[in-house]
Amino acid sequence: MIRPRKWLPMPLLSVLLLVVWLLLMNSVALGHWLLGGVLAIVIPVITEPFWEAQPRVKKPFLLVRYFFRVLLDIIIANLEASKVILDPRGRARPAFVEYPLELQENFTITMLASTITLTPGTVSAHLRMDGKTLLIHALDVGDIDDMIRHIHERYERPLKEIFEC
Amino acid sequence: MIALYTVMEGVIAFFLIAGSIFALIGSLGLTRMKDFYMRLHGPSKISTLGVGCILLASIAYFSLLDAGPSLQELLITIFLFITAPVSAHMLSKSALHQKLARDPRTRGNPQELQEDEEHSIEEAPQGDSKLP
Amino acid sequence: MLDFALKVSAVLFAIAILLNLYRVAIGPSLPDRILALDTMYVNSIALIVLFGIWLGHRTYFEAALLIAMLGFVSTVAVCKYLLRGDIIE
Repeated sequence: MIRPRKWLPMPLLSVLLLVVWLLLMNSVALGHWLLGGVLAIVIPVITEPFWEAQPRVKKPFLLVRYFFRVLLDIIIANLEASKVILDPRGRARPAFVEYPLELQENFTITMLASTITLTPGTVSAHLRMDGKTLLIHALDVGDIDDMIRHIHERYERPLKEIFEC
Repeated sequence: MIALYTVMEGVIAFFLIAGSIFALIGSLGLTRMKDFYMRLHGPSKISTLGVGCILLASIAYFSLLDAGPSLQELLITIFLFITAPVSAHMLSKSALHQKLARDPRTRGNPQELQEDEEHSIEEAPQGDSKLP
Repeated sequence: MLDFALKVSAVLFAIAILLNLYRVAIGPSLPDRILALDTMYVNSIALIVLFGIWLGHRTYFEAALLIAMLGFVSTVAVCKYLLRGDIIE
């Protein structure tokens, strides 16, 4: 018998499991709350040894603001990329950019890379083995240094504030 | 009540059309662009948003049908938005690994794409020696 | 109006899938083909959801969810195979 160390080792994961269960059943009846609650407690306890240490969300309010900012940027990104694709003369200015990372934890780097892929004109292509450089491919970019500064100001700094400081 | 139905129908129709146009543009990008790295942009961003729009329309439609919120499709939307960047990253990693050619206009010369001298000598056929 | 919009968007998605199929056929390299297949998965999810709206029925939700999951996992597995020559080390 494995002795559970704590009843709720990862509260965020538990909440997520409960929400996903309710969405999957598409019902808020009492039975589904109970069954989902049991799963939300049992699964984190059993799987706790598999998980790496998760970074703590230090400023939840900033995370919400970041979420809405990224949502807005996704829509802008799509309009811009559509413009490049539909341009009949094919006037794209593609570039490979090496982006120097300041973040250190795996989870935050993953989040930054995903954000970069979903937002204007850039796809994260490769993370070097040393974990300090992210290779980005940009579809249509004028000034490379400007783009690096933009990503740093708009995405990396808020992420650093939310998770690492 | 009639007015609400008409308005909602308009909203659903708008999301359907917008989503399908986005998805079409994404696939067009996949067909038209010159090299792999540029082709990656269309599907990873635009198609994902297109399908997101369709799923929003589905949420609105079934909520209207049941006269209550029906958020099931939100699961697929979230799942797609989390997984699309990951698969795009994996694809471009494997493309870099295979050293796929890029468009000549591309600026920047990452070391992943440069021909490695030692490597090419190592891989050249040397008699009938077996691979280690 | 909804009927018309449904028809139009189903046709547009069908065209998108045909474009993807074209890229699968001619794609000069393996990653191109995988990318086109991945896009086809995403578009077919949308088609299935459209079909569900058309019938006014929720049965097809599970099918769409399963396609989304299998599509992601298979894309990552094939990429892993290209990267390492091996799926599970």
